Amino acid sequence: METAGQSLTLFALFLPFLAACVAPALTRAAGHNAAWILALAPAFLFVHFAGFVPAIADGSTVAGGYDWIPSLGARFSWYLDGLSLTFALLISGIGTLIVLYSGAYLKGHPHQGRFFSFMLMFMGAMQGLVLADSFLTLFVFWELTSITSFLLIGFDHTREASRRAAVQALIVTGAGGLSLLAGLLLVWTATGMADLSTMLGSGDAMRESPIYLAALLLLLGGAFTKSAQVPFHFWLPNAMEAPTPVSAYLHSATMVKAGVYLVMRLNPVFGDTVAWETILPIFGGATLLTGGLLAVRQTDLKLMLAYTTVASLGLLVMLTGVGSEKAVEAAVLYLIAHSMFKGALFMVAGTIDHEAGTRDVTRLGGLRAAMPITFAAAFVAAVSMGGLPPMFGFLAKEEIYAALGFADGWTSLLTLVAMAGNALMFAIGFAVALKPFIGAKVETPKHAHEGPLLLWIGPAVLGLVGLATAIFSMWSHEHLTDPMASAVAGTAVEAHISLVPHIGLPLLLSGITIIIGVAIYLGLAPMRDAIARLLAAIGWGPDKGFDQTVRGTISVARAVTGFFQHGRMDRYMTVTFVVIAAALLVTPAVFGEFPDWPEFPQLRFYEWMVLLIGVAGLGSVLAASNRLTAIVSLGVQGFAVALLFVLFGAPDLSFTQFMVETLSVVILALVMTRLHLSPADHRPTGEKTVDAFIAGACGLGFGLMLLRVTQGVFDETLPQFFANHSYVIAHGRNIVNVILVDFRGLDTLGEIAVVMVAGLAILALIRIRFHRPEAGGSIEAGD
Amino acid sequence: MRTLIFRTIAPYLTSLTVLFSVFVLLRGHNEPGGGFIGGLIAASAFAIYGIACGVSPVRRALYFHPMTISGFGLFIAGLSGVLSVFGGVPFMTGLWTEISVLGVQVDLSTPLIFDIGVYFVVLGTIANIALALEEREED
Repeated sequence: METAGQSLTLFALFLPFLAACVAPALTRAAGHNAAWILALAPAFLFVHFAGFVPAIADGSTVAGGYDWIPSLGARFSWYLDGLSLTFALLISGIGTLIVLYSGAYLKGHPHQGRFFSFMLMFMGAMQGLVLADSFLTLFVFWELTSITSFLLIGFDHTREASRRAAVQALIVTGAGGLSLLAGLLLVWTATGMADLSTMLGSGDAMRESPIYLAALLLLLGGAFTKSAQVPFHFWLPNAMEAPTPVSAYLHSATMVKAGVYLVMRLNPVFGDTVAWETILPIFGGATLLTGGLLAVRQTDLKLMLAYTTVASLGLLVMLTGVGSEKAVEAAVLYLIAHSMFKGALFMVAGTIDHEAGTRDVTRLGGLRAAMPITFAAAFVAAVSMGGLPPMFGFLAKEEIYAALGFADGWTSLLTLVAMAGNALMFAIGFAVALKPFIGAKVETPKHAHEGPLLLWIGPAVLGLVGLATAIFSMWSHEHLTDPMASAVAGTAVEAHISLVPHIGLPLLLSGITIIIGVAIYLGLAPMRDAIARLLAAIGWGPDKGFDQTVRGTISVARAVTGFFQHGRMDRYMTVTFVVIAAALLVTPAVFGEFPDWPEFPQLRFYEWMVLLIGVAGLGSVLAASNRLTAIVSLGVQGFAVALLFVLFGAPDLSFTQFMVETLSVVILALVMTRLHLSPADHRPTGEKTVDAFIAGACGLGFGLMLLRVTQGVFDETLPQFFANHSYVIAHGRNIVNVILVDFRGLDTLGEIAVVMVAGLAILALIRIRFHRPEAGGSIEAGD
Repeated sequence: MRTLIFRTIAPYLTSLTVLFSVFVLLRGHNEPGGGFIGGLIAASAFAIYGIACGVSPVRRALYFHPMTISGFGLFIAGLSGVLSVFGGVPFMTGLWTEISVLGVQVDLSTPLIFDIGVYFVVLGTIANIALALEEREED
């Protein structure tokens, strides 16, 4: 593979991030029209990846990459086959439309630039996720989508609901991300395979591996949380707190499909086993029904769509779990159709909200005359969602029924689940697309009129593409569906479905689905009440469970913190020094490592004098009648030690010791005067005795340790190394300094960072005493 | 503490001490000294100035907030390590160059920049603590 293409793909992977960097400045300069320029980035991606379509359609794959951390064998690499290519085209294509849509939707918003920036960052992350080859690249981009999703859901961060939804989405998908990481690492360590392409080529290796089930469950943990499968579905509707372009893009067309992408990616090597064909259809089917039924309950357009997205994701997982070639084909068709119609419907919901001022379906009606283009786009999307000809959604639904059928009890059950889900989605789709537009005109908070070009161009284009891909089904099968389905199935698959209906079972099932769907549509209001009553009767859901889990975690943490962090300085100090004394005295006692009795030292007169000054300093600390005298006396002892360092050939150490002693005395004196302590120590003798004992034990322990260390054999290797190399390779004669700034510079960097953070903390502590929180329930002051 | 003698001498004492701290910083690679000790000396100079003349003249003289100085120090210390990456060698590899200033050979190096960073971190943090404590004496 040629290098030019490789570096161009690398550029394409990072282009959204570059665009994200310039977005705020560009929006400041050009206002909402910056969307036209920023949309060029995803448009370039779309064109770039569209260039791979012929090659991929011929059955070849494109791979590339660079070494990332060679010592760990980790690469930054990508892999393009039908699956990742179709995803890449959806992400960049819909991304282009969404950027344009955001331009109008958030026009005049003070943080529109920031929004563009987050959006483009997400786009880059998602693009990287589907193109990633090495596990590490996959995981990094996977987590990036969670983080950017967090930023986008919490975009309106002044509202508590947004913040809660953002944190919830981050916790759920982040926990899933950890599960994914564990699964990938398990595969990596157990089989040595570090990238998807190797794994795809490994045949039955995974299925026969003893870690198969553990790896499968861990990887599905990642996929199910990301793709909002029951019981993790609750974060997705809550994520509708995000601005509508985010809901259209992340939470219907792309990010929530990351889990489906992963499941499809794993299908050739993990699929076709009992576990796979049981777990996936059960969770998928449950999600499909839950999502569909809960969608009926809602009156907010976005929430209705959100729950049908949950249902659609369930359907996709279910179909992938069935795993036959037809089922895979159906999943692929439905995935493409869903991205287009759901993205369009979300944008329509946003447009209605933007123009009419409400998204409540019961407060909307008769908008068709005011918003004809939006109505047309909504209708076309709903036709596709309902699985009616002549849209792409029709092909998907026919294929679903053709794939499932009534071969045995299990598939019959799945067929019934699919029919129920499809009928519910049919009803909701038309409820969203028709109810606001038809009927009598209802007074809306804002006087509704057609949105600007930027608002309707997105849904209109998606509608037209949905129509064109269905009419020219031969072309779209050859270039998109077949390569993707083949990649998912692991063998070459060819789709033949077209708009010309074949008389047979699928068509019959379609007809029944439509009849049930129309019935639900007509009886939507009573059904809504019935489900609302049912939910009220149950009174508990995973959303509540999430809150309970979070609250429980916090109260456990608070109890543990309250036990250890009681806020009593004297107890902290006692515990610290008792532990130090125990470590210094118990350890040598256990290992029999006490030092030998030292010889009497042969010191010179002036050395004795320095020692005497030190002892005198200590004596005066003990004898001092007030604290200030004690502090200064302690300084005297410190200076004596500094003098000893000079005498025994450590000028650097002594220099520092002098300065530290001086500053300690100054700062301690300042602290003492500030604390308004009584000048003398008035504690009872008992407490003093205990403290004196602990202090004595610490001193004895340190003394013994130093004696023992100096009595041991001195290893000359390091001093020799530094003495020999300090000047030769680091150009410095002061070994201490050379070690600090060169040989062990990284340590010093860490240490000065700690010094700075400690400085900040001390500043905060000094300031806090001015206004001690009175009503702070969380801070239970011990004194 | 604010005696006339102390207040008169303090500015000169501070200037000389700061000058000395820079000297200690620069000789550090070959003689006893270095960024850490230099930073301590400079910080004590500002602490003395603060005790003698009050905190606000010191803050005016420093111009930047002490923690800003500290952060700047950490930044250039980190940056000095990054420079080596552009030379294709691992993070924090020392790079050396010699330039001639008025006919005198001067060695410049990334460890020197690093040491200057250490100097600023220590100066900023310690001065910050000392000044904050002195300030509270005044209110």
